[in-house]
Amino acid sequence: MATVELSFTPLPAHVRTARLVATAVARRSRVEESLLDEVRLAVGEACSRAVEAHRMHCPTEPVRIALSDRDGRFEVVVSDTVPSGADARTPSGQGERDRAGIGQGGGYAAAGVPGTSDPGGPQPGKDLPGGAQPGGPESAGAQPGGPESAGAEPGGAEVRGAASTAGNAGMVPGVVPGETDPGGSGTDTGSAGGAAADSAVDGGLPADIGLAVIEGLAEDVHISATSRGVTIRMSWPAKPPA
Amino acid sequence: MDLKLDHHTKDGSEVVDVEGEIDVYTAPRLRELLIELVNKGHFRLVVNMEKVEFLDSTGLGVLVGGLKRVRAHDGSLDLVCTQERILKIFRITGLTKVFGIHDTVDEAMEARKSEK
Repeated sequence: MATVELSFTPLPAHVRTARLVATAVARRSRVEESLLDEVRLAVGEACSRAVEAHRMHCPTEPVRIALSDRDGRFEVVVSDTVPSGADARTPSGQGERDRAGIGQGGGYAAAGVPGTSDPGGPQPGKDLPGGAQPGGPESAGAQPGGPESAGAEPGGAEVRGAASTAGNAGMVPGVVPGETDPGGSGTDTGSAGGAAADSAVDGGLPADIGLAVIEGLAEDVHISATSRGVTIRMSWPAKPPA
Repeated sequence: MDLKLDHHTKDGSEVVDVEGEIDVYTAPRLRELLIELVNKGHFRLVVNMEKVEFLDSTGLGVLVGGLKRVRAHDGSLDLVCTQERILKIFRITGLTKVFGIHDTVDEAMEARKSEK
């Protein structure tokens, strides 16, 4: 049973609320002060991803977070209800996701990030566990239903740890950071022509960068993508009660 | 605090002072400002992030988008940041190799001058 459960309308404005609640519960669970920034960032990334996915596919459904403290670990589970395999692009197949050639997975070069030419996904710094590569088609990891899948569910896939998710944006609905609709209004604004022109120039980052960040922050990350939605489970060590 | 933005011209560069949290909710405002500055012909930008309290991948994407815009005009976008908790996300994503990150605005200016 979760210590705290939170559900919120998928609006960008509520992501900060989720971060604040998660940080407060983490502190209460006696997570090390030095790890709280990581908790805040990882929860923010997971919630941002879920909010964007819901806004595209099921804007009336809430995003859910469960925060719990047990067995010496503080655990956060962020769940959305966007079916695995849902196109990360808009339902029309055009528009917001078709920004400057950002494809499925790929890396900074594919996203047109200046000064990069790597063929793979975001190249992590030393902070990623085991120096794992979070992105790129060559990254080792689970494909839906593939032989590498660990604990695959019918119709979905259980993905464990790093180096297995970010390059498979088709498996996990991705988010293109930096290219959300103007926040707060919850509606699309601006002319389609102007937005398309801006999008073509900006391009943001690879769609899976948020997951790469999460995997670089939490030592224990499990991402489960099924027909019912995506669940991101992450945990950090917590001290036992004094 | 959500996000507070300000900008001023210094030695031919436009310095953008950012204060508060850059996330999925507030990042669009920063994006709009960067777009506005480029549209007005400011292609040498210095984004001062010393008072940024939170930055996620959405914010990174906005910064990358700004970098791409100025580069299209042979311009530059440098960052000022000494906060370890903000620098960490740049390191995790490898974007320390993409952005010039400096300790002060003056240092960012000098770095650009020396490249000429």
